[in-house]
Amino acid sequence: MASIRTMSLDEVTARLDGMLGASDVELGADASALADQLLALSEAILEAWLTARGESPTNEAVEGFRLLALHRQGARGEPSFNACRETCRELVFHHNLVRLDPAHAEVARRLRLGVMVARHLMLFIGGKLEVAGLGEFCCAARPLRQQEATAHPTETV
Amino acid sequence: MSGKYKQVAYYPGCALEGTGHAYNRSTRELGKALGLEVVELKNWNCCGAMEVKNIDPKLQTYLSARNLSIADAMGFETVMAPCNGCYHNLKKAEYDLRHDAASREVTDRLSRKAGHKTYEAGKVTTIHALDWIKDAIGEDGLRARVKNSLRGLKIANYYGCMYTRPRHIFPEKDRGPGSESTSKPHFMDDLLAAAGAENVEYPLKTACCGGAHTLSDSDTSTKLVLNLLTTAEACGADVIATECPTCHTGLEMHQVRAEKVFGRKTSVKILYFTQLLGMALGLSARRVGVQENFSDSSDLLRARGLG
Repeated sequence: MASIRTMSLDEVTARLDGMLGASDVELGADASALADQLLALSEAILEAWLTARGESPTNEAVEGFRLLALHRQGARGEPSFNACRETCRELVFHHNLVRLDPAHAEVARRLRLGVMVARHLMLFIGGKLEVAGLGEFCCAARPLRQQEATAHPTETV
Repeated sequence: MSGKYKQVAYYPGCALEGTGHAYNRSTRELGKALGLEVVELKNWNCCGAMEVKNIDPKLQTYLSARNLSIADAMGFETVMAPCNGCYHNLKKAEYDLRHDAASREVTDRLSRKAGHKTYEAGKVTTIHALDWIKDAIGEDGLRARVKNSLRGLKIANYYGCMYTRPRHIFPEKDRGPGSESTSKPHFMDDLLAAAGAENVEYPLKTACCGGAHTLSDSDTSTKLVLNLLTTAEACGADVIATECPTCHTGLEMHQVRAEKVFGRKTSVKILYFTQLLGMALGLSARRVGVQENFSDSSDLLRARGLG
């Protein structure tokens, strides 16, 4: 099995689907390890975006989490990354929720919801890798046609 | 009732006259039921939406500034916009006019050309329909007026992206207790809870629905929406409450498309928060335009004794 740090997005998706399909007993048996794995899979998603932009994914942490540092790195010069800021923070929240009480009666549900949030991150980044403008002019309020707008200013109106 | 926002200028925007008509209807009906008056801006224009902003952001600033100028000329200090896109664009215009001299110059030039007074930043405050109900009536006021409690109705509140992003255009948010949060918005949760609903912990409240790409890259949008829907169901929600016509239409249409294209059926219902609050106040489902929604929630509402 590929190490999470070298996984393709398809492999990440398969791993997330596997976690989603696992039984409560399977999820509960090693909840803390699965929570760590979920965070690592989410990091792999952001790494794919950074690598595609020709950057080296950071190994630093923000607020104790590499995922948040990777988000900050990805958002540099790319305000549309605001669109997945809360998604990343939710992933950290779900990780902490499971790690703080891995024996909780609802741990399987908490893990599954975490996986669904990771899947959203996956879909968003996957979408951006196909259409870079995803999230651009809604979340970032940045025009896609800035250059053309500058070249043809409003005088003509 | 605080008396604040008892009468506000109302900017419905284009979507509320088209696909979001049920939101327009339910917002007006809710206001009436609560004794709040909305006065529609005279001869308002498009806020610039995404299309104009995409091509010429300063022209979008002018278009939104013109609406603010109308509110000012009508003697209002507050304009209420229920649509996230309109709300966002009016806020963005306010921000740009405060911080960008070139935006002020273009707005002034176009305003003079169009023959109306140039809008000056700071004269009119833009609020969302959520702010309107929250500040004018509040949770206690709402609780006291509930006739048909939403008790037992499990709701996932979906705020979409433009209500909180980008954060710098919403200086009144993230101000501590009582203010709205950009990372975990809660105003809709608070109001629906006051009406008796049981809000589920929904981790994708502000997650992207791919709305802007719904025509150019429909599959990406459908997959994002499908994940929003299935996550709401996994959270135990019967209903996703919305406060934006674009989010609402996107959720409804891609719910249908997900079934057609990907064979994935979801049964969670989609309703505007104004429809839910209206029914909690005793208005009929028809009065708040439930029949105009694509998402058919009639069985659920009947079973809960609503509408």
